[in-house]
Amino acid sequence: MTDFSSNIILVIAVTSVATYLSRSLGVLFSERIDENSKIFRLFDCIAYSTLAALISKVIVFPAGDLGEASKITRLIVVFVCVTVFFIAKRNLVYPTVLSVILLTVLIKYI
Amino acid sequence: MIRSGFYLKGLLSVRSVDSPAIALGCSFLAIGALLKNIGFNFQQSVSSTFFTYALPGQLVMAESFLVGASLVNIFIAVWLVNARLFPMAVSMFPLLKSKKQPKWKYYISCHFLAVSSWLIMKKDYRTINENYRIDFWMGIGTATWSIAIFSTILGYLVSDYLSKDMMIGLAIVNPVYFFCMLLGSMKNIAIGTSVILGTILGPVFYLTSPEWCILYGGVTAGIIAFFAGEFND
Repeated sequence: MTDFSSNIILVIAVTSVATYLSRSLGVLFSERIDENSKIFRLFDCIAYSTLAALISKVIVFPAGDLGEASKITRLIVVFVCVTVFFIAKRNLVYPTVLSVILLTVLIKYI
Repeated sequence: MIRSGFYLKGLLSVRSVDSPAIALGCSFLAIGALLKNIGFNFQQSVSSTFFTYALPGQLVMAESFLVGASLVNIFIAVWLVNARLFPMAVSMFPLLKSKKQPKWKYYISCHFLAVSSWLIMKKDYRTINENYRIDFWMGIGTATWSIAIFSTILGYLVSDYLSKDMMIGLAIVNPVYFFCMLLGSMKNIAIGTSVILGTILGPVFYLTSPEWCILYGGVTAGIIAFFAGEFND
């Protein structure tokens, strides 16, 4: 096995452990929490807000390929798709399909 | 062991036309292609999704690997970006608790915890008998995890045929889908405030602390939203 290959295996192992740690500690901590308690409601709020923070960070300051599209293009796509989501009575299919088409078209012009 | 009826119900919950399967598939297709492009072989790419199954963490891993970061740095970077899984687990597993179920189910099935499976479970848990919610959850998790693995394989195999524009197009599907899903789950003041404030504070904290912005933004927004909800009750 080459050094490069064994490095990748180590990187995958480290990534997996770091990820499982958050999941399993969450299960351990939740053993003592009642679903009607205030602490449960607090963590519910933190879970939703952390997800929202992650998604908006991905849209505004993306890593990877999405960063190739300009910020204004990404924001236009999200705004239009959210509007379509509500107009279409919260149907998720239309905004999902539209997002790919709209972004692919807009990156050619903006 | 596992009640097959509830497990199958969970497994089949991703087959609806507006299920997260499409967004999940597009994202992991892109990850499969990305991993091949940075030098991972087939087994390594599949293993990455099989053992990690967390898109932002895998992206951070790929970026850190490319710049030659140390294992300790990769561990900290991945742990930080995946720290959201802790509050997600704490806000979901109490709903699945049952004295009739063994603990190993909870510790094995927490590997399936992701935005897609979490949102499905939070939406549907009330419709399931509380003694068998963990079996239903294992069904949802198996389905979403399998889609991610299959899509990574597909992405790896078709990476040579994906143009840059197609990769960019695929990358927007996940944030748009899950942002709409989050907006759709704003059913009370506390959750509504959480989503709106989290959306604003995530990028705001990025300007001062890129690595910690998700945790800072999420925790600050969550605490404010919690008190907003309590005062409103």
